[in-house]
Amino acid sequence: MEFCIGAEEMRELFVAKTADFKSGDRRIVVNDHGREVGVFSQDDGYYAYSNYCLHSGGPACEGLMINRVQEVLGPGKTYVGEIFADDVHFVCPWHGYEYDLKTGENVANRILKLRKYDVVERDGAVYVVA
Amino acid sequence: MDIPFKNPPPFEVRNLVPGGEFSTVDQLRHAAEQAVLRKYREFVIVDVDSHHYENENYREVFKYIDSPVIRRQALESAERPGRSSLLNGQVGYQDIGGRITRQRGRAREKTEPGEQRDIVMTKRWMDSMGVDYACLFPTPMLFLGLHPQPEIEVALAQGYNRWLCEQILDVDPRLVSMLYLPFNDPEAAYRTVKEFGHRKGVTGFMVTSPRYKPVHDNAYMKTYALLEEMGKPISFHAAYNWNDQSMAMLNRFISVHAIGFMMYNMIHLTNWVMNGIPERFPKLKVMWIESGLTWAYSLMQRLDHSYMMRPSDAPALKRKPSEYMREMYYSTQPMEMPDDKSILEATFRMIKADTQLVWSSDYPHWDFDLPSVIYDLPFLDETAKRNILGGTAAKLFGIDPKVVKKIPGDIVVS
Repeated sequence: MEFCIGAEEMRELFVAKTADFKSGDRRIVVNDHGREVGVFSQDDGYYAYSNYCLHSGGPACEGLMINRVQEVLGPGKTYVGEIFADDVHFVCPWHGYEYDLKTGENVANRILKLRKYDVVERDGAVYVVA
Repeated sequence: MDIPFKNPPPFEVRNLVPGGEFSTVDQLRHAAEQAVLRKYREFVIVDVDSHHYENENYREVFKYIDSPVIRRQALESAERPGRSSLLNGQVGYQDIGGRITRQRGRAREKTEPGEQRDIVMTKRWMDSMGVDYACLFPTPMLFLGLHPQPEIEVALAQGYNRWLCEQILDVDPRLVSMLYLPFNDPEAAYRTVKEFGHRKGVTGFMVTSPRYKPVHDNAYMKTYALLEEMGKPISFHAAYNWNDQSMAMLNRFISVHAIGFMMYNMIHLTNWVMNGIPERFPKLKVMWIESGLTWAYSLMQRLDHSYMMRPSDAPALKRKPSEYMREMYYSTQPMEMPDDKSILEATFRMIKADTQLVWSSDYPHWDFDLPSVIYDLPFLDETAKRNILGGTAAKLFGIDPKVVKKIPGDIVVS
């Protein structure tokens, strides 16, 4: 859970040099109010979310990155097996709450969404507005 | 209060750096933040159900087994990689395919040479969460009641209990335990209470629930009488048995876990009440561990409903089953969180949570709870919160409710 959320002033915070922040990398940035933000570099995009899990406040952005598990059905809706789908999740390491990397939505209940932060890239560096 | 904050440079996820060190304190730093914000420093928190991994100490534990033959077999079994071949296990993948990173990471956590690792590791998470005292239980031994050889259960219980008393409970007053009762051998269970009942840090005795001996068997009455006389609670710690004929129909761990952890405690509690054990031993304290809360809410209603029509089937009872159940203790974890909190509030009322509910973390297992599951409930007043988080358990265990924790990052109060 999050505390002290209010009209906190935000500013651009340095994350990494673009060249040092490759797909699959991530950084945890702490803003001026002590709040942690997880910044991900994945394929051609950057994503940034609150690092406080909506379940019990765990470090949501600090766990495993893993593809969504998908059930496969065959003819007649028979169960065939399971595969890893293309979309990527990040998992809170405390209890396993899984979030969609592209939206920050909790995949078990998409009403739950992590706070999202803007990421900007300029002059060879990546910044998060937090 | 606005604390001037200087933001540190961005950092990698330290606990995931390949080959790097794992840190419990780092992974639980948000728990410590919660503990500071909620001022846990002001009151005692007792965790009635936490765990260590006794299999990491098998070589030492097995040395304490009395029988030279079983000791030899046990020590030999510990020399080969993997689970001890002398002991039974269960299929179960708590770590959700590696998603619970501490399960694997703990092996990379450093402790100083010469320190008792279990004590150090346990106190790290305790301080991070704001816990003062923790009742420590084993992990693989939760399935030992299913071992086909009762004498192995007895031998390991005896060895483990002695090891735990000497190496952990005698050493650190913040760690207590309800010791393992080898329940498949009623005489050995009695002897266990006799031998260990007065040891330092022994706050009661624990029966692992997956087993097939009914709790109302006459063979147990003298053990219950002894526990009642000593004022030590008996607890039933839930677990599952995937090989149970009913459980074997379930194809996923999530399903076995959800039902298995309720089922055995429902059966034992039903036998306990319907056979009038509370009438025979009215001062014996009973605790039900790790089944969550919804089962009790349900069972109270089911048993009352049937009892009103069939009192002749339970002639020992002088009151409704739910009234006996309201005098028992229940550990909180894994605490169900319905979207509609009024359902949880009703459950708390039903089990008389203010005096009968005791908080537990189950840390480091996959579905652990923090104290905030209780502290943040909107329908509890401060007194009820403090009772559930520690006051009630401190009384039950005979613990001096002195605050001794050191929450990382908290201000020091002299």
